[in-house]
Amino acid sequence: MQRKNDPGERVAAMLRIRRFEEQCILLSKDGQFPGHYHVYIGQEATAVAACAELGTDDFVFSNWRNHGHLLARGAAPDRMMAEILGKAGGYARGKSGTLHMAVRELGVPATSALVGGSLPLATGAALACKRQGRGVVVAFFGDAALEEGACYEAMILASLWKLPILFVCENNSIPPAQRQRGQYTSSTLPAAQLVDVPQALQIRTEAVDGADADALAECFDRLVAEVRSEGTPRFVEVRCTRWPGNFPLWPELPCGQWQLDWAFGQSPDRADLATWLEQSDPLLLYLRKIVAAGGLTREQVQALDERARAEMAGAVRFALDSPFPAPEEAYQHVRAEQGATL
Amino acid sequence: METTFIEIMRQALDEEMTRDASVYLIGEDVAAGGAFGVSRGLVDKHGPLRVRNTPISEAAITGLATGAALCGLRPVLEIMFIDFATLAMDCLVNQSAKYRYMSGGQLSVPMVVRTQAGAAGGAAAQHSQSLESWFIHVPGLVVVAPSSPVEAYGLFKSSLRLDDPVLFIEHKRLYAMKEHLPADAAAIPLGRARVAREGSDVTVIAYSAMVRTALEAAQQLAQEGVSVEVIDLRTLAPLDIETLVRSVTKTRRVVIAHEAVECGGVGAEVAARLGAAAFDELDAPIMRVGCPFAPIPFAPELEQALLPGREQIVRAVRELTS
Repeated sequence: MQRKNDPGERVAAMLRIRRFEEQCILLSKDGQFPGHYHVYIGQEATAVAACAELGTDDFVFSNWRNHGHLLARGAAPDRMMAEILGKAGGYARGKSGTLHMAVRELGVPATSALVGGSLPLATGAALACKRQGRGVVVAFFGDAALEEGACYEAMILASLWKLPILFVCENNSIPPAQRQRGQYTSSTLPAAQLVDVPQALQIRTEAVDGADADALAECFDRLVAEVRSEGTPRFVEVRCTRWPGNFPLWPELPCGQWQLDWAFGQSPDRADLATWLEQSDPLLLYLRKIVAAGGLTREQVQALDERARAEMAGAVRFALDSPFPAPEEAYQHVRAEQGATL
Repeated sequence: METTFIEIMRQALDEEMTRDASVYLIGEDVAAGGAFGVSRGLVDKHGPLRVRNTPISEAAITGLATGAALCGLRPVLEIMFIDFATLAMDCLVNQSAKYRYMSGGQLSVPMVVRTQAGAAGGAAAQHSQSLESWFIHVPGLVVVAPSSPVEAYGLFKSSLRLDDPVLFIEHKRLYAMKEHLPADAAAIPLGRARVAREGSDVTVIAYSAMVRTALEAAQQLAQEGVSVEVIDLRTLAPLDIETLVRSVTKTRRVVIAHEAVECGGVGAEVAARLGAAAFDELDAPIMRVGCPFAPIPFAPELEQALLPGREQIVRAVRELTS
């Protein structure tokens, strides 16, 4: 896990997620795994900022767009990639695939592919934390989760019972100009803003620009500390803008893999991507800012990127080399082993 | 001294809460005792943190219990009526039942969902159903349906100690039933059926309150010279087919009886499994006794007209032996 407020570690963490996701897309295009999947490109700063605040007693609950959350929490990219490919080297030996990846020893007990499905679970985990006197919970979900009834019910419980949980709503399809607080009207809820909903349940809320890594770091530093010290829930709406590669049915890499040069003068020759990079890419915007401020040199960034690329290339090799699980494994783990008579 | 199903279940809950600090009661009005008073008084002994009233939100409290179970607690969730399990279905089916499997065995969901089923006089169509067959269809769920207070005591203890989600179905008509709980009463292993009465002519397979009914039918038929073996399934998922086959090998005739709607009920699965495992042992078609294909009506006369009971079992047995 990364050290807080270290620009090099923050950049490295974001780069690792981006390079991982790119390899995912390439493997999918290559037919290396079936099924649908979701990538976290453009949202990296959120998972990195949130997970930087967490320790070993804390829990993270995620959804189908979970790769970034898991990597930021410290999951091994080789085992993740093997899982995505349905290989025996994966965390669940191929049983979860991308949609349900969980890593128990990292406190990521569940990633639910049901819209809003993780909120009640995460609230239960917060009850367990409160009962055991240690740990807090961070629950990541998308804006559509607020269209599901169980989410309200979960927030009611968290508020009523004062549970230590941070609800992180990644609202990832907001026009760039409307990412500031008070400027976005949801298209899917009659509420003026998403944060109005938890506020009505007496949960304190924030809205933060998901393309601003510094703002995210400040926000999560404060909110996680509040949840930890006060033991009560918070809700943060992270307003971010989807990466153009996310719009087709299957993710695509417009103009190939992300290039470091795009942060320093060059530009891809696709207008929607170029605009997104300039306005909404948290990685690019942070790199520019930190290099301009002298926090990192361009060469240092280059080295971090090379390391991330090499690590993910290794993860791909591991995953491709990993054997498929034996067919009889399909029957394992349906029930507890001690229930052998069952 | 004989005590009621409710009192014996309360004792089981109390003992398990005392034994294991991670056991938690969660549900609507559980601190006040729950819908039928099973948990009454436990809040005084174990405190409001461990006996928690929830809002009326089955979807979220089932998720809450599942999340707590994933993270170190052992919740006992009460869903007031199995009819309301529809609201908990998404979590039970898509989440609780699947985390062990989806995580490749990294995780487990040790929780018991206690619920009440069956018709008990005038509760009408939304509070009287027997929906257990929905749940036996879902890999990962264990479904237990005790037939008496003492059975409930032992089966509940095993259910609570199992590291898997268990749907524990209590029949409302059994709540007032009294039995003596032996001092040495212990956990009863799950997944094993029980021969409730030995016989040689016909096997009647039942569970939950229908076991009592089957025993009454067996008593009546004994006076007619027909020897009925009654088997209490105890656990509906997984099914103990071995015990059933052993009985059928002896009697060569089977009636499966349950209160649930006959169509698509547990009996259909038992019949199919027996047909495959013991076809050569059977001298007659497998008979089923279940509720006709209609919702449970309010008027007691109508309710009685629908609910299968001793007479239906007796008739089915006579048909097989005539």
